[in-house]
Amino acid sequence: MSANQEEIRAGLAEIVNDVAGTPASEVQLNKSFIDDLDLDSLSMVEVVVAAEERFGVKIPDDEVANLKTVADAVNYIIQAGGKA
Amino acid sequence: MTNRPAIIPAVGAPHTRIYGVGGYRPTRVVDNAEICRAIDSSDEWIRIRSGIEQRRYAGPEETIPEMAVAAAGKALANAGVEPEQIGCVLVATVTHLRQTPAAAPGIAHRLGARNAAAFDVSAACAGFCYGLALASDMIRGGSARYVVVIGVERLSDLTDRHDRSTAFLFGDGAGAAVVGPAETPGIGPVVWGADGARLDAVEQTVPWSAMRNNPSHDWPVLRMAGQQVFRWASYEMATVAQRALTQAGVRAEDLDAFIPHQANMRITDAMIRALDLPDHVQVARDISETGNTSAASIPLAAERMLTTGEVRSGGLALLIGFGAGLVYAAQVVTLP
Repeated sequence: MSANQEEIRAGLAEIVNDVAGTPASEVQLNKSFIDDLDLDSLSMVEVVVAAEERFGVKIPDDEVANLKTVADAVNYIIQAGGKA
Repeated sequence: MTNRPAIIPAVGAPHTRIYGVGGYRPTRVVDNAEICRAIDSSDEWIRIRSGIEQRRYAGPEETIPEMAVAAAGKALANAGVEPEQIGCVLVATVTHLRQTPAAAPGIAHRLGARNAAAFDVSAACAGFCYGLALASDMIRGGSARYVVVIGVERLSDLTDRHDRSTAFLFGDGAGAAVVGPAETPGIGPVVWGADGARLDAVEQTVPWSAMRNNPSHDWPVLRMAGQQVFRWASYEMATVAQRALTQAGVRAEDLDAFIPHQANMRITDAMIRALDLPDHVQVARDISETGNTSAASIPLAAERMLTTGEVRSGGLALLIGFGAGLVYAAQVVTLP
Protein backbone atom coordinates (compact mmCIF):
# COMPACT_ATOMS: atom_id res chain seq x y z
CA MET A 1 0.00 0.00 0.00
CA SER A 2 1.28 3.49 -0.82
CA ALA A 3 1.42 5.92 2.11
CA ASN A 4 -1.48 7.90 0.74
CA GLN A 5 -3.61 4.78 0.31
CA GLU A 6 -2.90 3.69 3.86
CA GLU A 7 -3.70 7.14 5.26
CA ILE A 8 -7.05 7.10 3.52
CA ARG A 9 -7.78 3.55 4.63
CA ALA A 10 -6.98 4.53 8.22
CA GLY A 11 -9.22 7.59 7.98
CA LEU A 12 -12.06 5.47 6.61
CA ALA A 13 -11.49 2.96 9.40
CA GLU A 14 -12.06 5.68 11.98
CA ILE A 15 -15.22 6.78 10.20
CA VAL A 16 -16.61 3.24 10.00
CA ASN A 17 -15.83 2.75 13.67
CA ASP A 18 -17.61 5.99 14.47
CA VAL A 19 -20.69 5.16 12.41
CA ALA A 20 -21.12 1.44 13.10
CA GLY A 21 -18.83 0.59 16.00
CA THR A 22 -16.82 -1.82 13.86
CA PRO A 23 -13.22 -2.05 15.18
CA ALA A 24 -10.93 0.05 12.98
CA SER A 25 -8.47 -2.83 12.63
CA GLU A 26 -11.10 -4.81 10.71
CA VAL A 27 -11.50 -2.12 8.06
CA GLN A 28 -9.00 -3.60 5.60
CA LEU A 29 -8.93 -3.09 1.82
CA ASN A 30 -10.43 -6.42 0.88
CA LYS A 31 -13.41 -6.14 3.20
CA SER A 32 -16.94 -5.55 1.94
CA PHE A 33 -18.70 -2.77 3.86
CA ILE A 34 -22.03 -4.56 4.00
CA ASP A 35 -21.06 -8.22 4.03
CA ASP A 36 -18.00 -8.04 6.30
CA LEU A 37 -18.15 -4.81 8.31
CA ASP A 38 -21.72 -4.79 9.64
CA LEU A 39 -22.86 -1.70 7.79
CA ASP A 40 -26.19 -1.44 6.01
CA SER A 41 -27.03 0.79 3.07
CA LEU A 42 -28.14 3.61 5.36
CA SER A 43 -24.96 3.61 7.42
CA MET A 44 -23.03 3.56 4.10
CA VAL A 45 -24.59 6.95 3.44
CA GLU A 46 -23.29 8.20 6.79
CA VAL A 47 -19.81 6.85 6.00
CA VAL A 48 -19.86 8.51 2.58
CA VAL A 49 -20.94 11.91 3.95
CA ALA A 50 -18.26 11.78 6.64
CA ALA A 51 -15.66 10.74 4.03
CA GLU A 52 -16.63 13.68 1.83
CA GLU A 53 -15.97 16.06 4.69
CA ARG A 54 -12.79 14.40 5.86
CA PHE A 55 -11.12 13.93 2.49
CA GLY A 56 -12.50 16.94 0.66
CA VAL A 57 -14.20 15.03 -2.16
CA LYS A 58 -17.70 14.70 -3.56
CA ILE A 59 -19.25 11.25 -3.72
CA PRO A 60 -22.57 11.46 -5.59
CA ASP A 61 -25.51 9.20 -4.73
CA ASP A 62 -25.11 7.01 -7.81
CA GLU A 63 -21.46 6.34 -6.94
CA VAL A 64 -22.29 5.05 -3.47
CA ALA A 65 -23.70 1.80 -4.82
CA ASN A 66 -20.38 1.09 -6.58
CA LEU A 67 -18.35 1.32 -3.36
CA LYS A 68 -18.65 -2.29 -2.28
CA THR A 69 -15.27 -2.80 -0.62
CA VAL A 70 -12.93 -0.61 1.38
CA ALA A 71 -10.53 -0.71 -1.59
CA ASP A 72 -13.28 0.63 -3.87
CA ALA A 73 -13.77 3.57 -1.53
CA VAL A 74 -10.05 4.26 -1.05
CA ASN A 75 -9.43 4.17 -4.81
CA TYR A 76 -12.40 6.43 -5.51
CA ILE A 77 -11.23 8.97 -2.96
CA ILE A 78 -7.70 8.97 -4.38
CA GLN A 79 -8.82 9.40 -7.99
CA ALA A 80 -11.22 12.17 -6.87
CA GLY A 81 -8.21 14.05 -5.50
CA GLY A 82 -8.88 13.36 -1.84
CA LYS A 83 -6.39 14.35 0.82
CA ALA A 84 -6.00 12.40 4.07
CA MET B 1 -62.19 62.69 -13.10
CA THR B 2 -64.59 60.55 -11.07
CA ASN B 3 -63.12 58.85 -8.01
CA ARG B 4 -62.71 55.09 -8.45
CA PRO B 5 -63.90 53.19 -5.37
CA ALA B 6 -60.98 51.65 -3.57
CA ILE B 7 -60.92 47.97 -2.62
CA ILE B 8 -61.06 47.49 1.14
CA PRO B 9 -58.46 44.88 2.12
CA ALA B 10 -59.10 42.07 4.59
CA VAL B 11 -57.57 42.61 8.00
CA GLY B 12 -56.25 39.66 9.88
CA ALA B 13 -54.91 38.87 13.31
CA PRO B 14 -51.40 39.98 14.32
CA HIS B 15 -50.31 36.48 15.31
CA THR B 16 -51.45 32.88 15.29
CA ARG B 17 -51.17 29.76 17.39
CA ILE B 18 -52.29 26.14 17.56
CA TYR B 19 -55.21 25.75 20.00
CA GLY B 20 -55.71 22.01 19.93
CA VAL B 21 -54.55 18.81 18.30
CA GLY B 22 -56.28 15.48 17.83
CA GLY B 23 -55.45 12.16 16.25
CA TYR B 24 -57.06 9.00 14.92
CA ARG B 25 -55.20 5.69 14.69
CA PRO B 26 -56.89 2.75 12.90
CA THR B 27 -57.77 -0.17 15.12
CA ARG B 28 -55.89 -2.88 13.23
CA VAL B 29 -52.31 -3.24 14.48
CA VAL B 30 -49.86 -4.78 12.00
CA ASP B 31 -46.63 -6.00 13.54
CA ASN B 32 -43.34 -6.77 11.79
CA ALA B 33 -44.04 -10.51 11.89
CA GLU B 34 -47.09 -9.97 9.71
CA ILE B 35 -45.11 -7.77 7.29
CA CYS B 36 -42.44 -10.49 7.09
CA ARG B 37 -44.95 -13.01 5.75
CA ALA B 38 -44.71 -11.21 2.39
CA ILE B 39 -41.05 -10.16 2.36
CA ASP B 40 -37.81 -11.93 3.16
CA SER B 41 -36.92 -9.97 6.29
CA SER B 42 -37.11 -10.07 10.06
CA ASP B 43 -38.49 -8.11 12.97
CA GLU B 44 -34.93 -7.39 14.08
CA TRP B 45 -33.84 -6.11 10.67
CA ILE B 46 -36.89 -3.82 10.41
CA ARG B 47 -36.30 -2.41 13.90
CA ILE B 48 -32.62 -1.73 13.23
CA ARG B 49 -33.30 -0.35 9.77
CA SER B 50 -36.16 1.98 10.69
CA GLY B 51 -37.07 1.81 14.37
CA ILE B 52 -40.55 0.54 13.47
CA GLU B 53 -42.12 -2.17 15.64
CA GLN B 54 -45.69 -1.89 14.42
CA ARG B 55 -47.99 0.23 12.34
CA ARG B 56 -51.78 0.57 11.84
CA TYR B 57 -53.68 -0.32 8.67
CA ALA B 58 -57.07 1.27 8.02
CA GLY B 59 -60.02 -1.05 7.48
CA PRO B 60 -62.70 -0.51 4.80
CA GLU B 61 -64.76 1.69 7.17
CA GLU B 62 -61.74 3.81 8.14
CA THR B 63 -61.81 5.93 5.02
CA ILE B 64 -59.93 9.18 4.49
CA PRO B 65 -62.99 11.27 5.48
CA GLU B 66 -63.79 9.05 8.50
CA MET B 67 -60.31 9.29 9.95
CA ALA B 68 -60.03 13.01 9.17
CA VAL B 69 -63.35 13.82 10.83
CA ALA B 70 -62.42 11.80 13.92
CA ALA B 71 -59.05 13.53 14.32
CA ALA B 72 -60.44 17.00 13.60
CA GLY B 73 -63.34 16.48 16.00
CA LYS B 74 -60.91 15.79 18.82
CA ALA B 75 -58.77 18.78 17.90
CA LEU B 76 -61.81 21.07 17.89
CA ALA B 77 -62.95 19.74 21.27
CA ASN B 78 -59.46 20.27 22.70
CA ALA B 79 -59.33 23.76 21.25
CA GLY B 80 -62.82 24.71 22.43
CA VAL B 81 -63.69 25.98 18.95
CA GLU B 82 -67.17 25.55 17.46
CA PRO B 83 -67.60 24.24 13.90
CA GLU B 84 -69.34 27.47 12.85
CA GLN B 85 -66.18 29.40 13.71
CA ILE B 86 -64.04 27.50 11.23
CA GLY B 87 -63.06 29.64 8.24
CA CYS B 88 -61.18 26.95 6.37
CA VAL B 89 -60.67 23.19 6.38
CA LEU B 90 -57.34 22.26 4.83
CA VAL B 91 -56.68 18.56 4.25
CA ALA B 92 -53.15 17.43 3.51
CA THR B 93 -53.11 14.00 1.87
CA VAL B 94 -51.72 12.01 -1.04
CA THR B 95 -54.07 9.06 -0.64
CA HIS B 96 -57.46 10.55 -1.40
CA LEU B 97 -57.85 8.40 -4.51
CA ARG B 98 -60.35 10.58 -6.30
CA GLN B 99 -59.29 13.55 -8.42
CA THR B 100 -62.43 15.51 -7.62
CA PRO B 101 -64.15 16.53 -5.45
CA ALA B 102 -61.34 17.03 -2.96
CA ALA B 103 -61.63 15.31 0.40
CA ALA B 104 -61.88 18.58 2.35
CA PRO B 105 -65.41 19.79 1.40
CA GLY B 106 -67.05 16.54 2.53
CA ILE B 107 -64.98 16.56 5.71
CA ALA B 108 -65.92 20.18 6.40
CA HIS B 109 -69.57 19.30 5.87
CA ARG B 110 -69.40 16.37 8.31
CA LEU B 111 -67.72 18.58 10.88
CA GLY B 112 -70.53 21.12 10.59
CA ALA B 113 -68.10 23.78 9.36
CA ARG B 114 -70.73 25.51 7.26
CA ASN B 115 -68.78 28.78 7.00
CA ALA B 116 -65.55 27.20 5.86
CA ALA B 117 -63.64 27.15 2.62
CA ALA B 118 -62.23 23.70 1.99
CA PHE B 119 -59.39 22.33 -0.13
CA ASP B 120 -56.79 19.59 -0.23
CA VAL B 121 -53.04 20.10 -0.21
CA SER B 122 -50.80 17.55 -1.89
CA ALA B 123 -47.36 18.02 -0.34
CA ALA B 124 -46.55 14.46 0.68
CA CYS B 125 -44.84 14.17 4.05
CA ALA B 126 -44.42 17.95 4.26
CA GLY B 127 -48.21 18.37 3.92
CA PHE B 128 -48.92 19.16 7.55
CA CYS B 129 -46.17 21.79 7.85
CA TYR B 130 -47.21 23.29 4.52
CA GLY B 131 -50.77 23.36 5.88
CA LEU B 132 -49.75 25.08 9.12
CA ALA B 133 -47.92 27.78 7.16
CA LEU B 134 -50.94 28.35 4.91
CA ALA B 135 -53.32 28.41 7.88
CA SER B 136 -51.19 30.93 9.76
CA ASP B 137 -50.94 33.16 6.70
CA MET B 138 -54.70 32.96 6.06
CA ILE B 139 -55.45 34.09 9.60
CA ARG B 140 -52.88 36.88 9.56
CA GLY B 141 -54.12 37.94 6.13
CA GLY B 142 -57.74 38.00 7.21
CA SER B 143 -59.05 35.18 4.97
CA ALA B 144 -60.09 33.02 7.91
CA ARG B 145 -60.20 33.25 11.68
CA TYR B 146 -59.90 29.57 12.63
CA VAL B 147 -58.43 26.94 10.33
CA VAL B 148 -58.47 23.20 10.80
CA VAL B 149 -55.36 21.57 9.30
CA ILE B 150 -55.69 17.82 8.86
CA GLY B 151 -53.03 15.34 7.77
CA VAL B 152 -54.68 12.05 6.78
CA GLU B 153 -53.41 9.02 4.88
CA ARG B 154 -54.17 5.47 3.84
CA LEU B 155 -50.64 4.69 2.66
CA SER B 156 -51.47 0.99 2.87
CA ASP B 157 -53.53 1.54 -0.31
CA LEU B 158 -50.30 2.33 -2.18
CA THR B 159 -47.88 -0.01 -0.41
CA ASP B 160 -46.22 -2.87 -2.28
CA ARG B 161 -46.38 -5.66 0.32
CA HIS B 162 -43.66 -7.54 -1.58
CA ASP B 163 -41.12 -4.71 -1.84
CA ARG B 164 -38.47 -5.53 0.71
CA SER B 165 -37.31 -1.91 0.85
CA THR B 166 -40.68 -0.25 1.53
CA ALA B 167 -43.26 -2.82 2.72
CA PHE B 168 -42.46 -2.25 6.39
CA LEU B 169 -42.40 1.55 6.31
CA PHE B 170 -45.90 2.82 5.69
CA GLY B 171 -48.95 3.11 7.92
CA ASP B 172 -52.36 4.80 8.10
CA GLY B 173 -53.89 7.45 10.34
CA ALA B 174 -55.00 11.05 10.76
CA GLY B 175 -53.87 14.02 12.83
CA ALA B 176 -55.38 17.48 13.06
CA ALA B 177 -54.65 20.90 14.51
CA VAL B 178 -56.90 23.89 15.06
CA VAL B 179 -55.09 27.15 14.29
CA GLY B 180 -56.45 30.52 15.35
CA PRO B 181 -55.63 34.16 16.08
CA ALA B 182 -53.33 35.05 18.97
CA GLU B 183 -51.90 38.03 20.80
CA THR B 184 -48.35 36.68 20.70
CA PRO B 185 -46.64 34.60 18.00
CA GLY B 186 -47.32 30.88 18.35
CA ILE B 187 -46.26 29.81 14.86
CA GLY B 188 -42.83 30.84 13.58
CA PRO B 189 -41.82 31.67 10.00
CA VAL B 190 -41.93 28.69 7.68
CA VAL B 191 -38.72 27.66 5.95
CA TRP B 192 -39.95 25.71 2.97
CA GLY B 193 -39.18 24.75 -0.56
CA ALA B 194 -39.06 22.11 -3.23
CA ASP B 195 -36.46 20.31 -5.31
CA GLY B 196 -38.24 19.16 -8.43
CA ALA B 197 -34.99 17.93 -9.93
CA ARG B 198 -35.48 14.91 -7.67
CA LEU B 199 -39.02 14.04 -8.75
CA ASP B 200 -38.22 10.37 -8.94
CA ALA B 201 -36.66 10.02 -5.48
CA VAL B 202 -40.04 9.13 -3.94
CA GLU B 203 -43.00 8.52 -6.21
CA GLN B 204 -46.13 6.62 -7.15
CA THR B 205 -44.85 4.22 -9.80
CA VAL B 206 -47.33 5.09 -12.58
CA PRO B 207 -50.23 7.55 -12.87
CA TRP B 208 -53.81 6.23 -12.71
CA SER B 209 -54.10 6.69 -16.46
CA ALA B 210 -51.75 3.75 -16.92
CA MET B 211 -54.55 1.55 -15.55
CA ARG B 212 -57.06 3.00 -17.99
CA ASN B 213 -54.70 2.47 -20.92
CA ASN B 214 -53.92 -1.07 -19.84
CA PRO B 215 -56.41 -2.57 -17.38
CA SER B 216 -54.08 -5.44 -16.54
CA HIS B 217 -51.34 -3.03 -15.44
CA ASP B 218 -50.15 -3.53 -11.87
CA TRP B 219 -51.76 -1.27 -9.27
CA PRO B 220 -49.48 1.76 -8.69
CA VAL B 221 -47.42 1.73 -5.52
CA LEU B 222 -44.99 3.99 -3.71
CA ARG B 223 -41.33 3.51 -4.44
CA MET B 224 -38.32 5.24 -2.99
CA ALA B 225 -34.61 5.63 -3.79
CA GLY B 226 -33.70 4.75 -0.21
CA GLN B 227 -30.10 5.90 0.06
CA GLN B 228 -30.71 9.14 -1.84
CA VAL B 229 -33.71 10.06 0.29
CA PHE B 230 -31.93 9.09 3.52
CA ARG B 231 -29.00 11.30 2.63
CA TRP B 232 -31.19 14.26 1.66
CA ALA B 233 -33.34 13.95 4.77
CA SER B 234 -30.52 13.37 7.24
CA TYR B 235 -28.22 16.15 6.09
CA GLU B 236 -29.91 18.75 3.91
CA MET B 237 -33.08 18.75 6.01
CA ALA B 238 -31.09 19.29 9.20
CA THR B 239 -29.92 22.56 7.61
CA VAL B 240 -33.53 23.52 6.89
CA ALA B 241 -34.49 22.75 10.49
CA GLN B 242 -31.67 24.97 11.75
CA ARG B 243 -32.86 27.83 9.52
CA ALA B 244 -36.36 27.51 10.95
CA LEU B 245 -34.88 27.87 14.45
CA THR B 246 -32.78 30.87 13.42
CA GLN B 247 -35.65 32.65 11.70
CA ALA B 248 -37.86 32.15 14.74
CA GLY B 249 -35.12 33.52 16.98
CA VAL B 250 -35.08 30.26 18.92
CA ARG B 251 -32.01 28.22 19.91
CA ALA B 252 -31.89 24.44 20.07
CA GLU B 253 -31.59 24.61 23.85
CA ASP B 254 -34.79 26.67 24.07
CA LEU B 255 -36.83 23.84 22.59
CA ASP B 256 -39.05 21.54 24.62
CA ALA B 257 -39.62 19.19 21.71
CA PHE B 258 -38.35 18.19 18.29
CA ILE B 259 -41.08 16.67 16.12
CA PRO B 260 -39.73 15.65 12.71
CA HIS B 261 -41.80 13.80 10.15
CA GLN B 262 -41.68 10.18 11.31
CA ALA B 263 -39.95 8.81 8.21
CA ASN B 264 -37.30 6.63 9.82
CA MET B 265 -35.82 6.58 13.31
CA ARG B 266 -32.34 6.78 11.84
CA ILE B 267 -33.14 10.00 10.01
CA THR B 268 -34.43 11.40 13.31
CA ASP B 269 -31.20 10.36 15.05
CA ALA B 270 -29.05 11.88 12.28
CA MET B 271 -30.96 15.16 12.59
CA ILE B 272 -30.54 15.23 16.37
CA ARG B 273 -26.78 14.93 15.88
CA ALA B 274 -26.66 17.55 13.15
CA LEU B 275 -28.72 20.03 15.20
CA ASP B 276 -26.74 19.23 18.33
CA LEU B 277 -29.98 19.00 20.29
CA PRO B 278 -29.44 18.98 24.06
CA ASP B 279 -30.72 15.97 26.00
CA HIS B 280 -33.58 17.86 27.61
CA VAL B 281 -35.32 18.31 24.24
CA GLN B 282 -37.95 15.57 23.93
CA VAL B 283 -37.84 13.88 20.56
CA ALA B 284 -40.88 12.41 18.83
CA ARG B 285 -40.39 8.67 18.24
CA ASP B 286 -43.99 7.77 17.44
CA ILE B 287 -42.75 5.95 14.31
CA SER B 288 -42.01 2.89 16.42
CA GLU B 289 -45.73 2.24 16.90
CA THR B 290 -47.26 4.13 14.01
CA GLY B 291 -44.92 3.69 11.06
CA ASN B 292 -44.54 6.41 8.46
CA THR B 293 -47.97 8.02 7.93
CA SER B 294 -46.82 10.86 5.65
CA ALA B 295 -48.94 13.99 6.24
CA ALA B 296 -50.45 12.53 9.40
CA SER B 297 -47.15 11.72 11.08
CA ILE B 298 -46.32 15.08 12.69
CA PRO B 299 -49.75 15.82 14.22
CA LEU B 300 -50.05 12.20 15.41
CA ALA B 301 -46.61 12.39 17.02
CA ALA B 302 -47.45 15.74 18.63
CA GLU B 303 -50.73 14.37 19.96
CA ARG B 304 -48.95 11.40 21.52
CA MET B 305 -46.33 13.58 23.22
CA LEU B 306 -49.01 15.85 24.68
CA THR B 307 -51.35 13.04 25.74
CA THR B 308 -48.60 11.10 27.51
CA GLY B 309 -47.30 14.26 29.15
CA GLU B 310 -43.93 13.82 27.51
CA VAL B 311 -44.15 17.49 26.60
CA ARG B 312 -46.02 20.17 28.54
CA SER B 313 -48.78 22.29 27.10
CA GLY B 314 -47.31 25.55 25.85
CA GLY B 315 -43.92 24.02 25.12
CA LEU B 316 -41.82 25.14 22.14
CA ALA B 317 -41.51 22.57 19.35
CA LEU B 318 -39.53 22.44 16.11
CA LEU B 319 -41.50 20.72 13.34
CA ILE B 320 -40.07 19.57 10.03
CA GLY B 321 -41.76 17.68 7.22
CA PHE B 322 -40.00 16.39 4.09
CA GLY B 323 -40.99 14.02 1.32
CA ALA B 324 -41.95 13.22 -2.24
CA GLY B 325 -41.43 16.04 -4.68
CA LEU B 326 -39.00 16.49 -3.09
CA VAL B 327 -40.66 19.05 -0.82
CA TYR B 328 -39.98 20.27 2.70
CA ALA B 329 -41.22 22.71 5.33
CA ALA B 330 -40.16 23.53 8.87
CA GLN B 331 -41.35 25.92 11.55
CA VAL B 332 -41.16 26.48 15.28
CA VAL B 333 -44.51 26.39 17.08
CA THR B 334 -45.91 26.69 20.56
CA LEU B 335 -47.74 23.49 21.43
CA PRO B 336 -51.32 23.81 22.64
